[in-house]
Amino acid sequence: MSAQSPELGPAPQELVERALAAAQSGECIAIADEGSSANLRWAGNSLTTNGVSRSRQLTIIAISRRDGEARVGVVSRAGVHAGQVPDLVAEAEHAATEATPAEDTQPLITPSDILSGDAGKWDDSPGATQIGVFAGFAESLGHAFATAASAGRKLYGFAEHQLTSTYLGTSTGLRLRHDQPTGRLELNAKSADMTRSAWTGTGTKNFADVDVAGLEADLGQRLGWAERSIELPAGRYETLLPPTALADLMIYMYWSAGAKDALDGRTVFSKPGGGTRIGDQLASLPLSLRSDPAASGLECAPFVIAHASSRDSSVFDNGLPKASTDWIANGVLTALTQTRHTAKLSGHPVTPSIDNLMLTAPGATGSTADLVKRTSRGLLLTCLWYIREVDPQTLLLTGLTRDGVYLVENGEVTGAVNNFRFNESPVGMLSRITEVGGTVPALPREWADYFTRAAMPPVRVDGFNMSSVSQAS
Amino acid sequence: MQTTGRIDPEFTAYPLRGLADAALQRAAQLGASHADFRAERIRGQQIGLSDGNLETQFDSDDLGLAVRVVVDGTWGFASAVDLTAEAAAHAAAEAVDVARVASAMNTEPIELADEPAHGEVTWVSAYEIDPFEVGVADKIALLANWSGTLLRADGVDHVDASLYQVKECKFYTDGATTALQQRVRVHPSVTAVSVGADGRFETMRTLAPPAGRGYEYLTGTGWDFGAELAEIPDLLAAKLGAPSVQAGRYDLVIDPSNLFLTIHESIGHATELDRALGYEAAYAGTSFATFDKLGKLQYGSPIMHVTGDRTAEHGLATIGYDDEGVLGQSWDLIAGGVLTGYQLDRRIARLTGLGRSNGCAFADSPGHMPIQRMANVSLQPAAGGPSTEQLIAGVTDGIYIVGDKSWSIDMQRYNFQFTGQRFFRIKNGQLSGQLRDVAYQATTTDFWNSMEAVGGPQTYVLGGAFNCGKGQPGQVAPVSHGCPAVFMRGIRILNTVEEAGA
Repeated sequence: MSAQSPELGPAPQELVERALAAAQSGECIAIADEGSSANLRWAGNSLTTNGVSRSRQLTIIAISRRDGEARVGVVSRAGVHAGQVPDLVAEAEHAATEATPAEDTQPLITPSDILSGDAGKWDDSPGATQIGVFAGFAESLGHAFATAASAGRKLYGFAEHQLTSTYLGTSTGLRLRHDQPTGRLELNAKSADMTRSAWTGTGTKNFADVDVAGLEADLGQRLGWAERSIELPAGRYETLLPPTALADLMIYMYWSAGAKDALDGRTVFSKPGGGTRIGDQLASLPLSLRSDPAASGLECAPFVIAHASSRDSSVFDNGLPKASTDWIANGVLTALTQTRHTAKLSGHPVTPSIDNLMLTAPGATGSTADLVKRTSRGLLLTCLWYIREVDPQTLLLTGLTRDGVYLVENGEVTGAVNNFRFNESPVGMLSRITEVGGTVPALPREWADYFTRAAMPPVRVDGFNMSSVSQAS
Repeated sequence: MQTTGRIDPEFTAYPLRGLADAALQRAAQLGASHADFRAERIRGQQIGLSDGNLETQFDSDDLGLAVRVVVDGTWGFASAVDLTAEAAAHAAAEAVDVARVASAMNTEPIELADEPAHGEVTWVSAYEIDPFEVGVADKIALLANWSGTLLRADGVDHVDASLYQVKECKFYTDGATTALQQRVRVHPSVTAVSVGADGRFETMRTLAPPAGRGYEYLTGTGWDFGAELAEIPDLLAAKLGAPSVQAGRYDLVIDPSNLFLTIHESIGHATELDRALGYEAAYAGTSFATFDKLGKLQYGSPIMHVTGDRTAEHGLATIGYDDEGVLGQSWDLIAGGVLTGYQLDRRIARLTGLGRSNGCAFADSPGHMPIQRMANVSLQPAAGGPSTEQLIAGVTDGIYIVGDKSWSIDMQRYNFQFTGQRFFRIKNGQLSGQLRDVAYQATTTDFWNSMEAVGGPQTYVLGGAFNCGKGQPGQVAPVSHGCPAVFMRGIRILNTVEEAGA
C-alpha cells in the first residue's frame, strides 16, 4: 500500500479528448471515471480483511442522427490505454448503427445550457484515496477494540473510502469534471455469547469527523438495554424510527419515484385513470423531502452523469445541471424524478434524480432520545434489513428489524424485544408519522452500498405493521 | 453436451503465464508462504426495450489481474488494471505489504486445506453460440418481436423486455494448478403489464430462468419462449380479474420456478460455513444452522435431499476449478432431512477439520479478493415421484404457486416471506382460477419439515439468478438451484393489500 504504481495510466482528460477526436460519425459523449478505494473489515475485535484498489473506466456513447431520429451505441471498458481509444469509439459507433431509434432522443447539452454550473477543475489530475485515509481512524478503532474487549463486547464492522473523479466531455463542447468522495463506517457490537447485538453507522467524506469512541460507547449502552429481554407478539405498534431506518424507507420510495413508470400507470405514484399523483397530499404533517447537490456535508454531482439510458436516466442529458429539488413539500407530492424526455411526456419540470436525500419538518428539533422521553409505550428500532418490494401498487415493502428493538415505557427504554418482520409502505406510512425530530446526517444501513448521503429525523409512526416475529438475534 | 466454444483469443493473447510468473516470483522473494494469481476478462451486455422501443444498450468489458498471498499467516490482496509484468509484480509486492500491515491486527493464522495438483487444465462451459458473436441488431429485433407479440394482445398495456449476457475468461495459477477457463450465461426476460380502469395494475413475467447457456437459449434450445409468451396475456388478464386471497393457512404446491429462490435464501445461504461461523455477522448475517448442529439438525422432513455442486450442466455456479484451484465437485448438504454438509473454501475447510474444500471460493472481478460463494444448491427429486398434476390432485384446499417475485429473509435465515408471479386456487384436487395479493411466510425449519411430497424428475427445473450479493466490499455472483415441484402442508398465507392497509 505504500508502493507507488509502476505505471501511471493515461490522463483521463486525454482519453476523453482522444475519443472525441476519433469520433467519425455524428455526436459523441466520453466519460472517463478514475476510481480508488480503501477498506478495512473486522470481526470479533480483530481485523479480518483489507484492501486497496484502483479502477479506470472509459465509456463511449456514440449517437448517430438521421431524419430527426437518433441511434445510440454505448461501450464501456476498464483499463483502456490511449492507443485503444479509437477502437473503442469505432465499437460504439458500430453499436449505434445496429441500434433502433432511441425513444429519449434530445439535443445534447451545450456549454450555453450551463448558466452557473460548476465545471470542476478540468485540467487537474484525478484525486485518489489510499489506506492512509484511515490513519487516525484506525488508531481510534484499535482503542475501541480494547475498550470493547475489556467490557466483554465484540466489535464487527466495515470502513470504506472511495473517491471517483469523473470527466465528461461531449462533441458539443462540454468539459465537466466531478470528484465524489464516499465514505462510511458501520460498527456492530455483540455480547460475548452473541445473543445481544447493536449497530450504528455514519457516512463521512474523509473519516476525520468520525467519533469512534462515542459510537462504541453508544453501542455499549444499547447492549446494556438488552440485558432485559421481553417477548412481544406480532402486531401494529407505535414505533420510533431512528434516522437510519427512516432513510432506508425514504430512499426506496425515492428510487420508485420515476416519472415514466408513474405515467405508465404502474407505480404507487400513478393516478388512476392516467397521469401522476403530483399534487396529492401524502403526509399529514408538513414534511419536506428534497435533494440538493450543494447540501452541506452531502455534496454530490451537480450535473447529470449517465453511462447508459434506462427507465429513469438518459444519456442525452449528460451534463444537464441539477438544482435543489423538492420531491415533497408541506406533505404534498411536488415532483418525480425526470429526464428531459419524461418531462416532456408529463408536462412537469425537468427534475433529474440527485444523489442525496433529506427529510425535514419545519421547526422540528430533538433527538431520538427526546422522542423516547415523550413515549408512554412504543417500540424503538435500531435499523432495518433485507428490505424488498412486495407490491408496487401500494409500494408495500417487507424487511426485518435488526440489531436492537427496544420497548419504551413511560419515557424510558425498559428492555430489548425480539426482532420482527415488517410489512409497511413508506408512502402509506407518511400519513401515520405523528411526530418528527431534528434532521441529522444518517447512514442508510440497507442501501449503503448504493446510497450513503442522507439526512433524516427520528420519527414517531402510528401503527407500524410488525407482521411476524423473527427468531434472529 | 460438449461445447463448441473456444477461449476468447483476445484474452489468451495476453502473456498470462509470464504475468503469473512475475507475480508469483516476486511474492516468493518477499516471503509469501502462499501466492496465487488471477487474470480475468469479463464482458457484459445489457439490452432493454420498453414497449418495443430500445431503452438501454450497454456493453462493458472489465480486465485486470489479482494477486493473493499469505505472509506470516495473514492474507494480503492487491489488484491491477494493466496486464503487464511490471503491474503483476507490483501487485504482488503490494499484496505482501498489505499482509504485513494487517498481521498486527490479525489473530487467526491463515492455513489452507490441501488440494491435489491438477496441472495445466482448460475448461469451457456448455454452450453452442457465444452471445457476443451475435449482432446487437439481431438481439434488439428478437426482443422487439417478443414485445410486439404481447403488445398486440388484449389487455397488455406495457411490455419490458431485456437481455443480460456475460462471458467470463479466467486464468488462475497457484503453481500446482494452472486453469484457463471460460463460461457464458444469458438472462432473457419479458414482463407484461396490465392497468385496469380503476388504476389497479398487475404484471406477469416470463419464468425462463437465467442459464449457463449461449444465444441458442433464446432461439429454442432449453426453453420455448414462443409458447411461454403465447400464454402470458390470458394469464395476466385472469390475474387482474382474480379475487384477493383470504389470509390463513393453506396447503401449497410450489412450482420449481418459485421454490428455487426459497431454496437459495433458506438453504443456500444458511449452509455457507463462513456465515455459520460468524464471519459475515455484521453484514450478510449468520446462520441458524450452526456448526455444532452438523449431523444433528432436522432441517426438513425425511424426504428432503439437498446437494451442492459446481458440476450441473448449464448451472450458473458451475465451473471447472474455483478461485483457489479446487476441482468442481458435488456433495450432500442435507440427507434424509438432516444437515450433513456445508459449502467450504480452503481456509474454512482447514479451520473446521472437514478435509478438502468443496470449491466455493470466488471473486466477482479481478478487483476483488475471493470469498466463500454459493454453489448450485439443489433439492433432489424423488425417483418415480409424482407429477405436478398428481401433487395438485392430492390437495383438497390449497394454492399452487408459480414463478418468483419478492423475497426477504432475516439475518439468521429463520423468517422468510416470498411472493410469486401467479397463484392458483386448488379445490378438491383441481385448479380453480387465480388469486391476487398472495405472500407466504414461514420459519425455515418449520417450512421444510412441512414438506410431505417431492415431485419426480419430470418436474425438475434448474432455476437461478445473476445477482446474489455478499461480502464487504459487496460482490455479486450467479447461482442456479434445481428442484422439483413440492407439496407443503399448512403454510401461512398473507394478503398483501391487508398488510399495506392501516
